[in-house]
Amino acid sequence: MAEFTLPKNSKIQAGKHFPAKGAKNVRTFKIYRWTPDDGQNPRTDTFEVDLDTCGPMVLDALLKIKNEIDSTLTLRRSCREGICGSCAMNIDGTNTLACTKAIADCGTKTVNIYPLPHMPVVKDLVPDLTHFYAQFASIKPWMRTQSPAPADKERLQSPEDRKKLDGLYECILCACCSTSCPSYWWNGDRYLGPAILLQAYRWIVDSRDEDTGNRLDDLEDPFKLYRCHTIMNCARTCPKGLNPAKAIAEIKKLIVQRRG
Amino acid sequence: MKTDLRHPLARARGLGSAKDGAGHWMLQRVTAVALVFLTVWLLCTVLSLLHADYATARATLMKPWNAVLLIAFVLTMFRHAVLGLQVVIEDYVHTRWVEVTSLVVIKFIAVLAALTGVLAVVRVALGS
Repeated sequence: MAEFTLPKNSKIQAGKHFPAKGAKNVRTFKIYRWTPDDGQNPRTDTFEVDLDTCGPMVLDALLKIKNEIDSTLTLRRSCREGICGSCAMNIDGTNTLACTKAIADCGTKTVNIYPLPHMPVVKDLVPDLTHFYAQFASIKPWMRTQSPAPADKERLQSPEDRKKLDGLYECILCACCSTSCPSYWWNGDRYLGPAILLQAYRWIVDSRDEDTGNRLDDLEDPFKLYRCHTIMNCARTCPKGLNPAKAIAEIKKLIVQRRG
Repeated sequence: MKTDLRHPLARARGLGSAKDGAGHWMLQRVTAVALVFLTVWLLCTVLSLLHADYATARATLMKPWNAVLLIAFVLTMFRHAVLGLQVVIEDYVHTRWVEVTSLVVIKFIAVLAALTGVLAVVRVALGS
């Protein structure tokens, strides 16, 4: 059944408080903490951060906490400019990238930070994305052709056809959309989720790809594709402003189109 | 935790694609569109019978087009309901035997209810 309460060992307990002594411009961050090492339940630690000595983004605050307050705080981050997708997490109630989310744009007084929803947690803000990546691999996300590659040049694409990839190629697979989708929460083992379906459509619509039929065959499934009930959380949460729900609708339209 | 030594890709690919689901998806939308018109017609018909006596209501239903449209409404409505309930059960019920049982039970109930509805309309329409 769908789970409406957390299992006993996942219930979140009150954590530690780290005040910022002597700071004038303070913002409070409440951060989910869990480590597999001590057998304890998860807790939320409260950190006060002096914004006068901190960068503008949530990632800056997290790194300041890690550098200056509690070095055991664990998170993924790399590019700090919204292109790698590593620092995807639930900030202020919405899945987004910590590096592109300004602290000033967080609505609540205390900024709540949790790992991406409904994924197994490795530690603190690091979710286990193994299945997500495996689902990506399962759609064979590369150009599949029957015709041999041109001997002395690349496969050509008209500017109009290239335009069809806009709004798709920008996806960085941060998993914000998939982990915001209730269908993916309840049936993520079989439902591919918005991110992977958007990626699948990116290859379906690519004019240079020659395996559209097989791609549609692989997707036409009550669970892989049709668990999308157009809830639209994916489009609302995407930190890159993409619309996975539209890509999924296009896939459904193509499947109907080839039926006659 | 159960040990699963399968490669994550094997788990993700699972049993593969059922190559099915488009029919369900389309039928759900087609029945929805049909129900928009049929429900408007039904509401108008029922409202026109407000304060009417039994004989008038019966006479209205005996008109061929009214009987046909009411049967169409009953069949479409139950078909649409089963499609929708099926999705809800598949979404939320994850104990396999409960899932399969409920999927079968809702179909039985819908078929019986639809047949009952059709029989009722036919009896009135044929005046038996």
